[in-house]
Amino acid sequence: MSSLELNGESIELDEEGYLIDLASWTPEIGEALAKGEDVELTDEHWDIINFLREYYEEYQIAPAVRVLTKAVGKRLGKDKGNSKYLYSLFPYGPGKQACKYAGLPKPTGCV
Amino acid sequence: MAAKKFMFVNRKAPYGTVYALESLEVVLISAAFEQDVSLAFIDDGVYQITKGQNTDGIGQKNFSNTYKALGDYEINKLYVEKESLEERGLTQDDLMDLVWEDEDDDWAEKPSIILVDRSEMADVMAEQEVTLSF
Amino acid sequence: MAMLHIVNKSPFEKVSFRSCLNHVKPGDSVLMIEDAAVGALDGTSFSDKLKTAMGDVSVYVLGGDLVARGLSEDRMIDGIKTVDYAGFVDLTVKNETTQSWL
Repeated sequence: MSSLELNGESIELDEEGYLIDLASWTPEIGEALAKGEDVELTDEHWDIINFLREYYEEYQIAPAVRVLTKAVGKRLGKDKGNSKYLYSLFPYGPGKQACKYAGLPKPTGCV
Repeated sequence: MAAKKFMFVNRKAPYGTVYALESLEVVLISAAFEQDVSLAFIDDGVYQITKGQNTDGIGQKNFSNTYKALGDYEINKLYVEKESLEERGLTQDDLMDLVWEDEDDDWAEKPSIILVDRSEMADVMAEQEVTLSF
Repeated sequence: MAMLHIVNKSPFEKVSFRSCLNHVKPGDSVLMIEDAAVGALDGTSFSDKLKTAMGDVSVYVLGGDLVARGLSEDRMIDGIKTVDYAGFVDLTVKNETTQSWL
């Protein structure tokens, strides 16, 4: 168990740095989680993060990378719906890293 | 490794026991291994995919919407047994409209639920290479 | 001595619900919870058995368990009453004894 300090508040994270209380997520927390890994979030990052949150809201799961890639291709265009693009944004793995910033659990079946 | 025909057989109602949720999680994980996955809903398993589930009153997570994501995972053969529905006073109209999008057909939505009778279900089961029961 | 019989297994999967109905006494109450809630629906392979029993006993279902499984009250056998958790407690108080059919 670890935690994230933000505006004088302590936010609980699990041992891998994922948010414990999904409902407590705010974009600010997303920024702070990224900063902790020396990542500055751009609009392109946010497109993916927002997509993940919407997906979770609808289906109650974080999508596997393969599913994410396909869905991003459909929604944001073929030039973005490939693992090269997604890995350029999230070098530690688009599923794991983007889900972390989005305040979601690690994707089921995440490789 | 060649893809094998995997079938997950679901026979329990959701929420009363953990089988339905466990099955769904294993199904999603199996999708990462790119096998030929199909699901069977027989006996009380048909209650897993009824529409309009609302778990506010029992304090459990409603995971029924996750079945709608199966199409994204290329799991689009959901065999539902007619007799199991009939014995329970249900019809296909009581089930969620589960679909998948065919990328090769301009993302056309196609139904994932395949209604079969008991003998057809037996035939489908007989074709499988790996069967996991929940 | 009225007894409250609590069933929590689907009548389509286990014989406990049927066994319960075979052992109730006139004036007893039967409460369906968890997976047993699916037994409240009319037009099933079990509904005649329950309707016959309802001549002698009062039958209740925990509403939250019914809607959790996508089933609505208007599909229930006439005469079954829906209760919430408070109603569940009332039933246990109203009856001298309770028996769970696991």
